[in-house]
Amino acid sequence: MPKITFVLPDGLETVLDAEPGTSVMRTAVSHGVPGIVAECGGSAMCATCHVYVETEDAERLPAVSGVEDEMLDCTASERCANSRLSCQLHVSEDITVRLPETQV
Amino acid sequence: MTIQSTAQEVTVLELDPFSDEFLNDPYEAHEQMREAGPVFWLERYQLYGVARHDEVSQVLADHETYVSSRGVGISDFAKEKPWRPPSLLLEADPPHHTKARHVVSHIMTPKVLRGLKEGFQERADELVARVAAGKDTVDGVADLAEAFPLEVFPDFIGLPKDGRENLLPYGSMVFNTFGPRNSHFERAMERGAKAQAWIMEQCQPGAPAPDGLGAKIHAAAAEAGYDEVDQAKLLRSFLSAGVDTTVHGIGNALQCLAENPEQFGYLREDPSLARAAFEETVRYSSPVQTFFRTTNKDAELAGIRIPEGSKVLMFLAAANRDPRQWEKPASFDIRRKAAGHVGFGFGVHACLGQMLARLEGECFLTALARNVGKLELAGEPVQQLNNTLRGLDSLPLRLTAA
Repeated sequence: MPKITFVLPDGLETVLDAEPGTSVMRTAVSHGVPGIVAECGGSAMCATCHVYVETEDAERLPAVSGVEDEMLDCTASERCANSRLSCQLHVSEDITVRLPETQV
Repeated sequence: MTIQSTAQEVTVLELDPFSDEFLNDPYEAHEQMREAGPVFWLERYQLYGVARHDEVSQVLADHETYVSSRGVGISDFAKEKPWRPPSLLLEADPPHHTKARHVVSHIMTPKVLRGLKEGFQERADELVARVAAGKDTVDGVADLAEAFPLEVFPDFIGLPKDGRENLLPYGSMVFNTFGPRNSHFERAMERGAKAQAWIMEQCQPGAPAPDGLGAKIHAAAAEAGYDEVDQAKLLRSFLSAGVDTTVHGIGNALQCLAENPEQFGYLREDPSLARAAFEETVRYSSPVQTFFRTTNKDAELAGIRIPEGSKVLMFLAAANRDPRQWEKPASFDIRRKAAGHVGFGFGVHACLGQMLARLEGECFLTALARNVGKLELAGEPVQQLNNTLRGLDSLPLRLTAA
């Protein structure tokens, strides 16, 4: 099973197994990883599951959809080139994501 | 009693989820349905039901199998003429749905809504402070839960000050018509019919205020190539879905806090819990209790075969109290993580207005925390019976100013 490494703003790392079909957001929330709010429960409507994906990993992910792109403009923390909504990320390979300072 | 539906037998239930008894107090029946199996058969209406968080989530997520274009009420639009022209948003599937949704979603993003917060908070503080300082006993519904949304939402849309009372019977009618043609349906149609003319007038391009959301919806729709009839339909969706729901959300929150003084205490101590308190209210009371889908092909859910053309009734409210998902689900706990509930749905049809609803709820409950020292019931709350919605007709309250 692929592994997701969550890097918190203070540098603390948590590594979790990515269950097939489960989004990065869902993995974080169900394991109590702090820093992912996911207010809308994964419907790409709230922009509170924002993550920064490590560059090499980011290139291997499916492209940002129109809906996700719109939401990424609404994040509370700065949008960067490697910003993604973690509710839209379903991984099949190891990935490292950094959590932003704030989601709200 | 069970029926054969492929390898697994499906439990048959006789209960009527639209009866007065059920609508007054659905919780025992919700438990019965959750325990009956992942999928069950409702004999009275000849349709399938799902009441567990898992299966409800699955049906919501699989919009290609469980479609909305055949109606999200009991009526199958492939077999019966809809009572009004179908909504371009609610009662549509991709690709038409995708286009319509995109037109509207980008003019109501979280970023846009952040700009509204200060004004909403001001209005909420003013209203709650005034009501708390006024009469000894108030009606939490008329004086608070209706007053706040009816002020801020139509202002945001750009509707005139006069005639806003039409929004409530119209919304009530729309939501009742997702259910069967029972007494609630018929009575709501009568009351709603009188409001319909005013609603349709406000939906016409050119009618809403030029700087409001309504005008923006019309402009965005026009730019996307929609004619005036469809521009009006898009705004109609907002007027149908945007008022009764938030009124019930706020009313239910007031009831929950009045009935759980310890929880109100937490909110008073820390008003930043207001948003979480509203979220918990949506999970706990689920203002929108149910929605239907229709299978557009033979489907299988939890090993149970659901033939093409079947109506599937999703009990959102039952999923929101599923013990498989929630600890102490029947407890109103504003400090729990309520995210993951299906009170606003999920997926491509997830409630478009949910961020606006949360904003209204947060501002109102923040105002309540700041301005009210004590919140008590001053009489019996009266349930408003609606085939789809759960909320109150009246809520006698005693508010002590902070």
